[in-house]
Amino acid sequence: MPKKFNALLDAMDTFLRTPATVTEGRCHVRDAVDMKRIMITVMIALCPALFFGWWNVGYQHFLSMGYAPTVLGAAWYGFLKWLPLVIVTYVSGLGVEVLFSQIRKEEVAEGFFVTGFIIPMIMPPDVPLWIVALATAFAVLFGKEVFGGTGYNFLNPALLARAFVFFAYPSVISGDKVWISAGADAVTGATPLALVMNGHPEALPSTWELFLGTIPGCIGETCKIAILIGAAILLFTQVADWRIMLTVVAGGYATALICNLAGLCPAAAHQQLLMGGFLFGAVFMATDPVTAAHTRTGKYIYGLLIGVLAILIRTLNKGYPEGMMLAILLMNIFAPLIDYCVIQTNVKRRRRVKT
Amino acid sequence: MKKYLGPLSKDNPILVQTLGVCSALAVTAQLKPAVVMALSVTVVCACSNFIISLIRNTIPPRIRIIVQLLVVSFFVILVDQMLQAYLYDVSKMLSVFVGLIITNCIVMGRLEAFALSHKPLPSLMDGVMNGVGYGLVLVVVAFFRELLGSGTLWNHPVVPQSWYAAGYLNNGLMILPPMALILVGSIIWVKNGVGDGKLRN
Repeated sequence: MPKKFNALLDAMDTFLRTPATVTEGRCHVRDAVDMKRIMITVMIALCPALFFGWWNVGYQHFLSMGYAPTVLGAAWYGFLKWLPLVIVTYVSGLGVEVLFSQIRKEEVAEGFFVTGFIIPMIMPPDVPLWIVALATAFAVLFGKEVFGGTGYNFLNPALLARAFVFFAYPSVISGDKVWISAGADAVTGATPLALVMNGHPEALPSTWELFLGTIPGCIGETCKIAILIGAAILLFTQVADWRIMLTVVAGGYATALICNLAGLCPAAAHQQLLMGGFLFGAVFMATDPVTAAHTRTGKYIYGLLIGVLAILIRTLNKGYPEGMMLAILLMNIFAPLIDYCVIQTNVKRRRRVKT
Repeated sequence: MKKYLGPLSKDNPILVQTLGVCSALAVTAQLKPAVVMALSVTVVCACSNFIISLIRNTIPPRIRIIVQLLVVSFFVILVDQMLQAYLYDVSKMLSVFVGLIITNCIVMGRLEAFALSHKPLPSLMDGVMNGVGYGLVLVVVAFFRELLGSGTLWNHPVVPQSWYAAGYLNNGLMILPPMALILVGSIIWVKNGVGDGKLRN
């Protein structure tokens, strides 16, 4: 037993605590903030949005049935909706991950803990479990493992899982029936985003409702206060880069302003930013250190383009109201190119100064 | 005989030489067009290999590409007309991809690499085998794409209705070209990992 399942045993041993063993051999500095600590920080930052998500799933459900629930009742309902999702995600994703670590004879990398935490938060509450399992396995396998595992993935695996569901099984993740858990049939539960984009400006909730998050949507994306708390945690611990967050929001705001003034979209610029998964993506997805641009100038360009593209996809293509997912995935692909150009420009400039 | 079997696996045009991938992605959403496409490429490849090999000593080297193109186009037009006459619906589905066999790298590649320096009968054999090697991959990819993407095989529903009632859904991504690329990649992966591992080194 000992050596054979090393990958799995080691992962469990170092999961939440640092073991007493020390690095052997030559000079090798190990910081206390290793990958596991970073991942745990991100998970803590996600918690406010998650807790609110539980409550909101229950709240939307009971609201559509026609009576007001207690806070605890709603949260309990949402928790019971979320629990199977997260279990299925972890079993399927970690299964693939452990299998590959075992074949490669490497440690199980921690990357999946955050991915598996985020995936249930960006799915509709009633998505069939087998689809979640399939999407997670697909994302881990083709988004990460075939390129060499954690740290080598150029696409955000959580977003890839969502994109897989979006393109493979569009009926469970778009339309107006999926966002309210077990809603009554007569009540359409389209997200405000989808309604406004498809010519129902009167469906636009007040800015306060958008900000508070008492609207139908994915589990984690609706409450902007909770997301801002998460952002504060990430920025305070310097796990995420403020440059990306700031430029995503700036790019999105500018584009939304132009779209609004040009009459393409009835929602005001600040409402655009509060709708859908824009903020959630800006805080938790675009800042993923593996898939974002690495150079400082590159981060500005990367963030700006995500913001601009997300709003453009939303406004100009009515079929894809959730432009944030596609914008981040697209820019993930371009991030290495941006870095390359930034570095080459730098090299050229310094050569010129020298001669 | 053994050297002709190469294109089936060890020297497969799609999996090893990565030729003709464009059409492999485009026509494999369903089994029927994929099979017709495979047969068309096999016929064109075999016939043009044979003809070029027959006249290989009389072609001036400087204009050999033009001569090859003429011969290939002749057979492609022949195949295209046959499809339009007898298999009109499939011909509609394949649209420009039959015409594009003229530019299929496998056909030109075999003419250059084999037919110009071998006798007619071996050339014919080589053309057939390369067409079959290409067709095999097409059929495997199309099998999975049609089964998982539409729940049918050769336009016959095979996924039982009870599955749909239980919540099973067709995978829409299978119909889209990206999934064809991922499937071809997976086949290469399996082949390199399970079959002859020489390519890895």
